[in-house]
This record gives sequence, C-alpha cells and structure tokens, in this order.
Amino acid sequence: MKNETYTISIYTENNLGLLNRISAIFLKRHINIESLTVSDSEIEHVSRFIIVINVTKEQIKKIIGQIEKQIEVIKAYYHTNSQSIYLQSALFKVKSSLLFDERQIQNIIKRSNAQIITVSREFFVIEKSGRKEEIEKLYNALLPYGIMQFVRSGRISITKEEMKISELLVKQLN
Amino acid sequence: METITKIKQKVDQKSTIKISGAEAVVRCLLAEEANLVYGYPGGAIMPVYDEFYKYRDKFHHVLTRHEQGAVHAAQGFARATGKVGVAIATSGPGATNLITGIADAQIDSTALVCITGQVTSHLLGSDAFQETDIVSISTPVTKWNYQITNAEEIPEVIAKAFYIAKSGRPGPVLIDITKDAQFGELDFEYKKCEKIRSYTPVPKIEKSKIKAAADIINKAKKPFVVFGQGVILGRAEEEFKAFIEKADIPSASTLLGLSAIPTDHDLFNGMVGMHGHYAPNVLTNECDVLIAIGMRFDDRVTGNLETYAKQAKIIHFEIDPAEVDKNVKTDVAVLGNVKDTLTEILPLIKENKHATWNQKFDDLYAIEYKEVIQPQQNPSKGVGITMTEVLYLLNKETKGDAVLVSDVGQHQMITSRYAKFNHTKSKITSGGLGTMGFALPAAIGAKMGVPEKEVIAIIGDGGFQMNIQELGTILQTKVPVKIIILNNEFLGMVRQWQEMFFDKRYASTVMTNPDFVKIAEGYGLAANRVEKREDLADGIADMIASDGSYLLEIMVEKEGNVFPMIPTGASVSDIRLK
Repeated sequence: MKNETYTISIYTENNLGLLNRISAIFLKRHINIESLTVSDSEIEHVSRFIIVINVTKEQIKKIIGQIEKQIEVIKAYYHTNSQSIYLQSALFKVKSSLLFDERQIQNIIKRSNAQIITVSREFFVIEKSGRKEEIEKLYNALLPYGIMQFVRSGRISITKEEMKISELLVKQLN
Repeated sequence: METITKIKQKVDQKSTIKISGAEAVVRCLLAEEANLVYGYPGGAIMPVYDEFYKYRDKFHHVLTRHEQGAVHAAQGFARATGKVGVAIATSGPGATNLITGIADAQIDSTALVCITGQVTSHLLGSDAFQETDIVSISTPVTKWNYQITNAEEIPEVIAKAFYIAKSGRPGPVLIDITKDAQFGELDFEYKKCEKIRSYTPVPKIEKSKIKAAADIINKAKKPFVVFGQGVILGRAEEEFKAFIEKADIPSASTLLGLSAIPTDHDLFNGMVGMHGHYAPNVLTNECDVLIAIGMRFDDRVTGNLETYAKQAKIIHFEIDPAEVDKNVKTDVAVLGNVKDTLTEILPLIKENKHATWNQKFDDLYAIEYKEVIQPQQNPSKGVGITMTEVLYLLNKETKGDAVLVSDVGQHQMITSRYAKFNHTKSKITSGGLGTMGFALPAAIGAKMGVPEKEVIAIIGDGGFQMNIQELGTILQTKVPVKIIILNNEFLGMVRQWQEMFFDKRYASTVMTNPDFVKIAEGYGLAANRVEKREDLADGIADMIASDGSYLLEIMVEKEGNVFPMIPTGASVSDIRLK
C-alpha cells in the first residue's frame, strides 16, 4: 500500500496531559508527525488537534482507532488533501534596506500574495499563508537576498464534510 | 425574607464538615467498596497513610515488601474477584516501581486504580526530593491518568478513576496526588461516576452485524471458536457456553481465556498459540469460519499472520473497536460487550451438529497425547520429574477447584496446557507483558480476594526470586497461599530457545539457587522439597492438606522442553511436536 498525506482532526476535552498521550501513539509506531497544531474549536472547552502524517490507508485507520480509544478524545477523523481546505502560515524577517536596494523584492512579495505586516528601520516582516509549496516558493525566492528569520506554522484545516461534534456530545450525555 | 431553600442551604452548609484531602481519599475508596488495598508508605503519601490508620477498623491496607509486589497483588485481587484492584505508593521510586505492574494491567486489561503521592505542588518541576513526573512516565501504559493538585478535585477524580478502570475494556488508571492536596481541605461529597461525555466504554451493538455473523455461522461446515479473556471480563461465561453448545462449535482458549469454561467441557480443545495444543493450532488453518470472541490476535496466538486462517471467514466479537482489523482482517466485526452480543446472536443461531469436524480435534489430540503428553506424564526412568507430571498430580488433588497463579516461562505454559479448571477466574497469569515475578504477589492478592478458594502459585526458580521479598507479606498477613516452585536450576524457557536456536550456548541461564526451603522457613512458611518421583504425590498431597501458607519446591528435569511449539515467524499449522 502507498503512503499518502493525511490530515487528522481530533476533537478533545481541554486537558493538560492529552498532547503527551496523543503524541505517544505516533512515537510508539515510529510515525513522524509532519505538523501538529492545537487550538480552540467551534465548541466551548473543546480543543481541536490538527495532525499531518504520511502513512498508508491501513495505518491511518489503526491510528484513528488508537486515538479514539483515549478517554478524553471526543472524536477523531482523517482526511486526504482533497477532502479538506487547509493552509499554513509563515513569517519572514528581512533587512529593510533590501526594499530599497533590491527592486525585485517588491515584485516577489506582490506575486506571491504575501503581506508586509510590519516595517521598521532595520527589518520588515512578510506574512504568507497558503499551501506548503507556495511558502517554499516564496522562501526560495527570498533566499538569495538573505532571510534573517523564518518560521512556518503547522497545518490548519477545515473539512468539507460536516463534523457534528455538538450533536455527538449531547448524545453521549443522554 | 429568606426563602425555605435558602434556609435549607444554610443548614446544609453548616452540616458539611470540612475534611482533609487525605481523608477524602479513604472515604472515596470506601465509597467504591475498595476497602482492601496494597501499598507501601513514604514521604509524599504519609497524610493518606495517617488516614488509613484512623480508618483501620473499616479499611485494610496490606503492606507489601516492594511497590511492584503491591501492584501485582492488586492485579491478582482484581483478576480473582472481577473487582477493581487498588495499589498505593509514594512519589519518586515508589511510583516508578509500580510501572511494570501497570504496564502488565494495561496489556492484560485488568481494572486497577493506582494512587501515588507527589511532592507539594509548588515544588513540581524543581527536581525536588523523590519527585518524578509519574504522569508522563505512566501515560503510555495507563488507560487514563491524572495529577491532583487541589483537595477539592479528589472526589470527582477518584470517582472517574474507578469508572474508567472497570468500564468497557478494563485497564489501569493512575492518580497522582500532591502532598498539599492531601493536606488541603474540602467539603466532602461523593458521587459515583456513571458517564464521561468523551468516552464510550461499550460500542453500540449493530443488529445488522449480529445478523451477518449468524448467517455465516449457520452456513459454516467447519466453524471454530477462539475465545479470550473478554468472556471472563464480560461475565459472559454462560452465554458463551450456550452459544458453542447450540451450534456445536469446537473451541480453544487464549492464555488469558483459560477457565472461562471448564477444561473438561466436550467442546473445549485446549489452548491456541505458541505452546498451545496441537489440534486447535493445526485446525485454525482448516476451519471455514473462525469466530474470535473477546481476544485480540496476539502474535503469540497467530504465529505468522501471512498464513493465519487465510482460508477462513473471520468473525470478531470485540468490545474495543481499536482491536478490530488491527492484526487480522475480519469479515464481520461484532462490536459490544460479548455478554450482550452473544445474548443477541443466540436466538439467530441454528442448532447444529458438527460431529465429523469435532472428531478431527479428537484425532489430532490423540496424536499429541501419544507424541507429547503421554511421554511427559510417564517419563522413562533416567529422566527427572517433569513439570507435566506435577500438573497431573496436582489436578488429582485440586480436582480443578483451585485458583492457579502462574508466573512466566516453561512452568506457565505447562500449567496452562494441563491444569484442570472447573470455575471461571481460576487461571491468573501475566499474559501480554510476560512479567516474571508476577505470580507470588498476584497469588497473595488473589487469595485475599477469594479466601474461600485454594490459591496455588506455580513459579519457576527464576521468577520466584524476582519478587521473593513478598514472602514477608505472607509472614505478616498469614495469608494461606500455597507455592510450588518448579526448580530446574535454569531460566528454562530462555534455555530452551538457546538449545533450539542458539546451538545450546547457555548464556546467563544457569541459576545457582539458594536453599528455598530454608528461606521459606525463615519467613515462617511450612516448606518441603521433593527431589524423587516416589515422593512427588505425597509432597503435593501434604501441601494441599496443610492449613497455612506452604512452599513446595520440586526439583524437575533440568533440560526439559515445552512442546508443541510454533517457532517465531512460523505458521500455526507448522506447530512442532518435538
């Protein structure tokens, strides 16, 4: 079976030890987590994990089973790239002088749909949200001019299908 | 003007007495009817121990000689009674010493609540004296764990702990309580936990799956049932028996399923797996429908998965959805508690007879008996006492009514193959984890759980020395546990593998042992050693006849091997008789 990129969405209770418990599931099976994001969800006191891994279909099913087995996990889903809307964010810190000395920089920023979010005498910061490849493209374009700092977030993703977590929670309590 | 409710609230407020977190722990345990616990005191858990002292007329704490002894004793108690076992330890080394038992309980689905003391909350993370991050350490081997840093959390968290430990597929829970939470005060009120919104202990039964499974079973010509501990944990022994009897399906047990039905039942064909019986292993690869009930297709059961029951349709009755298709792909997965799913399927099952198919099991047993069992039961003159002989003589004395607690190794496999059991929960052993040193403390816990039953620990000379200190617990509590040491002066199972796969290079498997009889006597146990075959029957009879705790050391054939055997990576049907 072929490896594929899967985005796992996990709805959980907001609990201190859960990140540890969930990451241990991947560690135990030698599966590299490509990106992990934890945030609030649309439901109060419910957190949402977004984890990206590259595994086979058979593996992902087993992993979802192990995740859902955790007491404080409400529900876990997996989706392929085509089943979800997703992006990552990146920040680039670049020397301010480049804006004036290197005319190309302005074109690069415009072409890549990136935004300048702060400018100071010494540096300016470019923000780019999008697919990983788009961010990489911008990175490669800026690289020759010198990047002072670069950081990219984990993937965030919204699924095309409905999740119905609130209904599930009501059902579980009755 | 005050309303009646408000006045009532005021009265209530006056009547709730503030108690300490430590006292709340004891009251919670009493509310859960866990008035028998195993543990070992230390600095960070002292407030709780102080309450044990104050509640000593209602509450019994057994002081083991090591925290590992405490957790295994709690496991033995849980396995023998079907209740939740409780182990208590202090922070740091006390807590880490519990880990082996917790891991054992996790893999063998044993309901366990472990309570550990922790350093005061403001010291957390400062590498304080006896501080370990036990919540992180125990995460991969617990069903749930939690650190309490505030006394007010105690009732709710302990209620949750018991509920999680025993509901659904049981497992171990660890609750870590900081010392300031033990000293802190709270208004005590205890409500048992009955629901957690993110947790579905028992999946909902799908009628269509029941129907689909019944159709396949009714059409089967050569159906075969492999059952595991799920039958015992689900208290489904009667339903299980009714099911196999109605459809006349031959069955075999996993290591942990043993004693779910009596071993002399017509449809019971022994144990599957690496050292299991010949017929059920061979016929796994001949059946047309394999019905797995409350088991998880462990690699010691399946051998090589590529060649495991490929010809058969697989039906899996299972409570844990994560076990379905984990190792063996199923055709129909029937999720739910086996007690419920078997009850639902029974009316759909046709009464049937599979005489020819059942005969095949008997025929293969006859081969196994001739090739393996008979020679071990009646060894030729030059051969020392065999473990098999011991088990058959023991069966004569117990008549199948005793609880046998075995350790890990050759004696464990021989016990599992040959012991006679009439009653459920009679076979207690460390299965998935294979924890040497399990049996002695587990037998102590089992005997305290079912004092009306004869409890006999069967242990090798290696495993006995892994928790030998628990003889001290027997001395202090006078718990009348019987112990049989099958002494071959080797780490026998490892030696057997060295003989078979490492050209007899006996690397670190030879044991120079102390005088076990003297040691037992030093701990106040009656003890005896049997070295000759002619003394064996009397030796066992004397042990059974004695009232108190008793250690019987039996010197057995040094280089005896356990057969049949499926070598690692081989197919179940390639099981070797020699």
